[in-house]
Amino acid sequence: MARDSQAALVALNRFGLGARGGASGDFPNAASDPRGFVKAELARPNGVLLEVPGLQSTPALGKAVFDYQFEIQQARDAAAKQATPAPATEGQPPADAKAQRRNLSLNSIAMDMAPREPSKEPPAKPPENPDAAMTPTETMRPNAPKPPPPPLNVIQKTFRAEALARLQRAIMADCGFGERLVVFWSNHFCISANKGGPARMWAGSFEREAIRPYVLGRFADMLKAVEQHPAMLFFLDNQQSLGPDSRAGKNRNRGLNENLAREILELHTLGVGGGYSQDDVTSLANIITGWTYAGRLGQLGPPGSFVFNANAHQPGAQRVMGKIYDAPGVAQGEAVLTDIARHPSTAKFIAGKFARHFVADDPPPGLVARLAGVFTKTDGDLKALATALVDSDDAWKAPLAKMRSPYEFLVAAGRLLAQIPNDPGRYLSGLNALGQPLWAPAGPNGFPDTNAAWAAPEGIKLRLDLSAQIASRLADGVDPRDLLELVAADAASSETRRTVERAESRQQALALLLMSPEFQRR
Amino acid sequence: METTMGCCESLASSVISRRGVLLGGASFAAWAYLPKFARAADGRDPRLVVVILRGALDGLATVAPIGDPDYAGLHGAIALSSSGPNAALPLDNFFSLHPAMPEFSRMYREKKAAVIHAVATSYRDRSHFDGQDVLESGFAGPGRVQSGWLNRALEGLPKGERVTSALAVGPTTPLVLRGAAPTVGWAPVAVPQAAEDTAMRLLELYQHRDPALASALKQGLALDKAAQGDDMKPKPGTTGAGAMRLVARGAAKLMAADDGPRIGALAFDGWDTHANEGGPVGRLAQLLGGLDGALAEFETGLGPRWRDTVIVVATEFGRTARINGTQGTDHGTGTIALLAGGAVKGGRVIANWPGLKPANLYQGRDLAPTTDLRAVMKGVLKDQFGLAERVLAESVFPDSAGVKPMQGLVG
Repeated sequence: MARDSQAALVALNRFGLGARGGASGDFPNAASDPRGFVKAELARPNGVLLEVPGLQSTPALGKAVFDYQFEIQQARDAAAKQATPAPATEGQPPADAKAQRRNLSLNSIAMDMAPREPSKEPPAKPPENPDAAMTPTETMRPNAPKPPPPPLNVIQKTFRAEALARLQRAIMADCGFGERLVVFWSNHFCISANKGGPARMWAGSFEREAIRPYVLGRFADMLKAVEQHPAMLFFLDNQQSLGPDSRAGKNRNRGLNENLAREILELHTLGVGGGYSQDDVTSLANIITGWTYAGRLGQLGPPGSFVFNANAHQPGAQRVMGKIYDAPGVAQGEAVLTDIARHPSTAKFIAGKFARHFVADDPPPGLVARLAGVFTKTDGDLKALATALVDSDDAWKAPLAKMRSPYEFLVAAGRLLAQIPNDPGRYLSGLNALGQPLWAPAGPNGFPDTNAAWAAPEGIKLRLDLSAQIASRLADGVDPRDLLELVAADAASSETRRTVERAESRQQALALLLMSPEFQRR
Repeated sequence: METTMGCCESLASSVISRRGVLLGGASFAAWAYLPKFARAADGRDPRLVVVILRGALDGLATVAPIGDPDYAGLHGAIALSSSGPNAALPLDNFFSLHPAMPEFSRMYREKKAAVIHAVATSYRDRSHFDGQDVLESGFAGPGRVQSGWLNRALEGLPKGERVTSALAVGPTTPLVLRGAAPTVGWAPVAVPQAAEDTAMRLLELYQHRDPALASALKQGLALDKAAQGDDMKPKPGTTGAGAMRLVARGAAKLMAADDGPRIGALAFDGWDTHANEGGPVGRLAQLLGGLDGALAEFETGLGPRWRDTVIVVATEFGRTARINGTQGTDHGTGTIALLAGGAVKGGRVIANWPGLKPANLYQGRDLAPTTDLRAVMKGVLKDQFGLAERVLAESVFPDSAGVKPMQGLVG
């Protein structure tokens, strides 16, 4: 069979998450049929779903986080009651109450979590296959007996379980194209786990429920699932938005929050300059008032589920992008989403972003136009969009010039070194260090997707330090020359080959391999 | 043709037994219950530390054959000299020690340190990885062996009296100590930073292949340096001189305990001196200063135990006799091994000197090896732990019956 190593590199790195170590044969498979290797993941029904025992639905998680918050609130009230009347007894009660209060602030719990992802993990369990040679070192620190870490609360536990499931899937996937698509769409419709307890609790279930089922489905369906998901409604404050003329709005003297409506138009569909005005934003914000989720008491529905609160909904017809929407209730907003999902600006915006992510910071205009055409012609069929990308010659010819994001880099390293985690800690702290904390971008526009963002001086130096750390843990049992064959085979440059071969130790060779252009670029 | 061991089976058992020890005893305290190992003959409680220098130490620059008429010409600008500033420290009337190693020089004068010169493993090619495999596995050739000679030596000790756990210093267990016999690990807590040498190699690769990344990395390194200031405080890692001392200090403390491990292994990186190797001062001098400091830390830290200790310093191969075009040396063959410790019968440079005449060089490039490094290791193991020659020849260094243990290294 014909063997095209350069195309294999594109298949594995540009579209996938890198070659796996061990006896996977990813590189030869990709080299013998590059397009087929990538497209195989599109053919698997439900291949991008993530159904892992123990991961719960958004309502179940919602109930758990509401109950947890309620307990904390009650404990805080009780503590405050106790502390207020009798501060007299020597020192202890006030100090206690203060300490407790600090611990009990839910916001601070959520904020604390990212840095608190332990950087020193217990050693990973040896991999199942004995020849992977990834023997962990049981590192002892006899001089510094560490106090046991405090038990994780339900939010932390949930976040780690969700992160672990995602990482395991990414590290084990055949090519990883499906997972790359998930990450792309998840970042397009991002929420931030740093918003607070519910967001952290729902970050994983949001992706599992609102992104994965539609990655190879229709854009309009994903759009609706996203905008009606409790995680998005919480992240962009729509649960607080009240129609000015709604019953709740009049009673509480509070009103509209345009946050979600603006991001729907600007970030999720039409794009900046997509032809909408401030009036359109306000109208859409009115239309989606009442889109919220049921709280702990479940007055509107099962706690943690999407509900339409008619009491908060702005009554009456609204005009968006020149069209009148007068359906009552939730159907009014769903009709707008259906229309803007198939708007030409949306097709253009999505096609450009898609091509920029996979091909180049400045993607070939012809490719963008073709993708936009497919998007329009198929009414937003995302499988057709992904297929068109893989079928396009542009996507295979463009030089491998994009930097892997930190997530792509760490996952690729995990795949190459056969590190299937049973604890997400190392990966999470690596992502934090490299500036891409999992499910927690700085703003609703998601993590950046350009070279300028990830090839920055400090970032490269940090990657080098991290690569050296990874190598110091894992290089002893591997031969970096063999790994270079898995990574790039004869597509490796002679300079990279020489640099790896001439390194003075396995550790150094592995660190250099992980930092090589063949491993960093996609 | 040498055979390799059943690697998978051997690795698996090592994992199980190491985990077993740690899960069973859970910590340092487990050592408290180990029987004390004492030599039957004289009641001594011996210690052995193996220090591996990764990157191929220039033995001719460390213990210079100043008395060899061809040395100065071959080593050129970086050759040591017995006169002038930074003069080499004379060991005998032929060999002189690098001036960055005053502690080793003192130990040598006190007859607690020795040099074995023109030594090499049985490996004759020039790959660091394969060379390190041979050095650490104890097999005659490279291969996917998953256990090291030091671990197998541990297995060969009499049951019941054996030193049950050996100490692996660093984030992973070096191959020399990997195997079925249990080991425990210790690493300084400092987070390792990429060594400067690694960064420079990467920068060079980027300059050839990826100018954008080259410029980013360059700036990143500069920023980093500025943030750290210009002070000479040791960087975390295992290459800086300060870091070497730190690692040795910690290991010595653990091994000094009555119930501490009797055998330890550690590795220092950074000896691949292709360019700007330096002479009496410079890059190699800094590394040798670090190694010298580490030996001194062992001496101090082991306290009364130093008396019964042997430290063996070895490297995968040597470097070319002649300097190259970038004021460094390339991968060579013959080099040195160093012994230090109170149990060493020292004050000697042990060498069957081959000479540095062009015709005497190995492949016209390298110091020709005249001593098999395994003979040194076997001699130390035999004298220190009473291991039988048959065990040494069959299981510790397989198929090495032809390599006799060197006599009288330990006394």
